Amino acid sequence: MSFYEEFEKIKAEPFTEIFSEVTPQDVEKVLMKGRISESDYLVLLSPAAEGFLEEMAQKAHQLTIKQFGKTMQLFLPLYLSDYCVNTCTYCSFSIDNVFPRKRLTMEEIEVEAKAIAEMGIEHIILLTGESRIHSSAEYLAESMSILKKYFSSVGIEVQPMDQAEYETLVQSGIDSLTVYQEVYNEAIYREIHTKGPKRDFRYRLDTPERGCRAGMRSVNIGALLGLDEWRKECFITGLHAEYLQKKYMETEIGVSFPRIRPNAGSFEPAFDVTDKNLVQAMLAMRIFLPRTGITISTRETEELRNQLIPLGVTKMSAASSTEVGGYTKPKETQSQFEISDERSVEEIRNLLRFKGYQPVMKDWQIL
Amino acid sequence: MNDQLHIGGKAFESRLFVGTGKFADHKQMKEAIEQSRSEVVTVALRRVDIRKPDEHILNDIPQDVTLMPNTSGARSAEEAIRIARLAKASGMGNWIKIEVISDQKYLLPDNEETTRATEVLAKEGFVVLPYMSPDLMAAKRMQEAGAAAIMPLGAPIGSNRGIRMKEMIQIMIDEMELPIIVDAGIGKPSEAAEAMEMGASAVLVNTAIATADNPVEMAKAFDLAVKAGRLAYLSGLGPTSMRANASSPLTGFLK
Repeated sequence: MSFYEEFEKIKAEPFTEIFSEVTPQDVEKVLMKGRISESDYLVLLSPAAEGFLEEMAQKAHQLTIKQFGKTMQLFLPLYLSDYCVNTCTYCSFSIDNVFPRKRLTMEEIEVEAKAIAEMGIEHIILLTGESRIHSSAEYLAESMSILKKYFSSVGIEVQPMDQAEYETLVQSGIDSLTVYQEVYNEAIYREIHTKGPKRDFRYRLDTPERGCRAGMRSVNIGALLGLDEWRKECFITGLHAEYLQKKYMETEIGVSFPRIRPNAGSFEPAFDVTDKNLVQAMLAMRIFLPRTGITISTRETEELRNQLIPLGVTKMSAASSTEVGGYTKPKETQSQFEISDERSVEEIRNLLRFKGYQPVMKDWQIL
Repeated sequence: MNDQLHIGGKAFESRLFVGTGKFADHKQMKEAIEQSRSEVVTVALRRVDIRKPDEHILNDIPQDVTLMPNTSGARSAEEAIRIARLAKASGMGNWIKIEVISDQKYLLPDNEETTRATEVLAKEGFVVLPYMSPDLMAAKRMQEAGAAAIMPLGAPIGSNRGIRMKEMIQIMIDEMELPIIVDAGIGKPSEAAEAMEMGASAVLVNTAIATADNPVEMAKAFDLAVKAGRLAYLSGLGPTSMRANASSPLTGFLK
C-alpha cells in the first residue's frame, strides 16, 4: 500500500468542474471551522475562495505563529553535480542540453562548504542532476565526512533512490530528503520526461515513502507549478503530505511551491500560476495542515518573498546559487534555473528582524 | 512564608518555568524571562550553536537562572541521550528536560522512550525532568528510573488549549511523591493559576508568552497568576457542591 493507491482513486475526478461548483458560502463555512477535512481543503483552493484571501491569510498567519512562533529557518542549496541522464523539457540540466558538465571533488566540496559556512548558514541541501553514476549514494555519503564539520543539518535533493541507499545516507548524517513529483498527472509526466529513468512515475511517487521508512527526519514534497492546473496539483500535493504525515508520524513532512523559472531550454509553462494563485495555494495548505513546514525558494522575486513571510512560510533559502561550484567560482558552469532574489544572507536576516521574525540559522544538530 | 520548590538539590522561589522558543528576537526573550521572575529556563539544544559561542541564545539568558536544556527534536531514547550528553559537554550544566517526540503531527511525547532515556541519564548524574503524556503508571516508572520531577502535558504542545488533561494530572498530583510540573498547553495566566490551585508544584510556559502581542507584559501576568494560584492552593480551597449552599441559610431556624 502506498500513496499511489490513493492517487489511483482520485486521479480521474473532474477537478475543474468540482472546483467551479464551490460557492462563497461554502468557503465561509470552512473558514469558521477549527479542523478542516480534505473536501474543505478543496474548497479553499477553489476560485470562489479567491474572494476570501485576506481571511485565509489572517487564519494562516495565526496558525503559523501558534505552531512555529515568529521564526524562520534559513538554508542554502549546495550543487554538487550537474550530470543528468534524463530529458526533462523544463530543466537546464537535461541531457539534451550541451554544456561542460562538472562534479565537485571532495576538495572542491570543502571549499564550497567553507564559503557557505562563512555566510553563517548551518542548514544546507545537496543538489545534483539525476545520475546514479555521478551522484551515487556512496559519493554523497563520502561528502558528508567533510560537510559534517561545517553544518548542523544536511539534506538531499537528488535522483530518487532505493530504501537501502537512503539508509546509507541517513547513517552518514544526512537527515532530510526533498523530492518533487513535478506533476501529479501521469500523461503530462510522460510527455515532459521524454527519456531516462525519471519516466517511471510510480517509482518517483513512492520515493518520499522510501525516505520515511529509511529514517529521514524530514521529507519534503511538492509539485512544479505550471505543468498542470495548479488547483488540482496543490490539492493532490496536500493529500500526499497528509497521507505521509499520518502513515509516518515520526517524519516531519514539508511542502514547497516551486514555480517554473527560465532555464537553458525554451520551455514555456502550460499553465499560468500568478502570485495571487501561489498565495492562495500556500494559505490553503497552511490551514489544511497547520504543522507542515512550508518552504519558499529564491525562485521567487524579492518583492514577493518579502510579502510571503507572514503567510505560513517556515523555511527560506537565501543567497542561493543554482550552479555547481557557484559559491566560489560563479558563472563557470550552467545554473539549473535563474534565481530571482539575489540578496545576501545578512540582508535576509535583517529583513526578517525588521518584520519581527527571528532568523533561525540552526534548528538541528547532527548526532 | 517559606514555600520554596526543591528539585535536584536546588531551592526556588518562583514556580514558573519558562521556555525560549518562538520569540521574535533574543532581546524580547531576555526581557520576558526577566519579567517572568522565573528561575528555571529551558532551551532547546537544537537551536544552540555550539560552534559559535558569540552568537548563541545562551548569551541572552539571565546568568542567575538554572538552565534546563531540553532534548527537543529527539525521536528516540538514544537521540535524547546523545543530546543530553552534548549539552553537558558544552557547559550547560547537568539539568536536562527529556523530550522524546516520535509523532510530528501532534507532537505528543513517547513515554516509553522517555523512561528509557531517563534511566540512562539519571545514572549518569543528570537531574532529569521528563516531559510526558499524563499517565500515573508511566510517571511511577519514570520516578523509579530516577526522574527529579515529572512534567505532564496539559494539552498538546503549543496548543494554548489549557489543562485538557485535568483529571489525569490531578491523579498524578495526588499520588506521586515527585514534584509535578504542568508543561505544555497552558495558554492563559488563569490556566496557570488553575494548575497551581490543583496542587501542581510548578508550570512551564512558552508559547503563551512568546506569541502574545506583548510577550514581556504577558510574562509578568504569568508570574502573578502562578503566585496567586499557589497561594490559593496553600490557603485551602473551599469545598465544592452540586447544590447551592447559601452563606446565610434561610432555613437555619429549623435546627
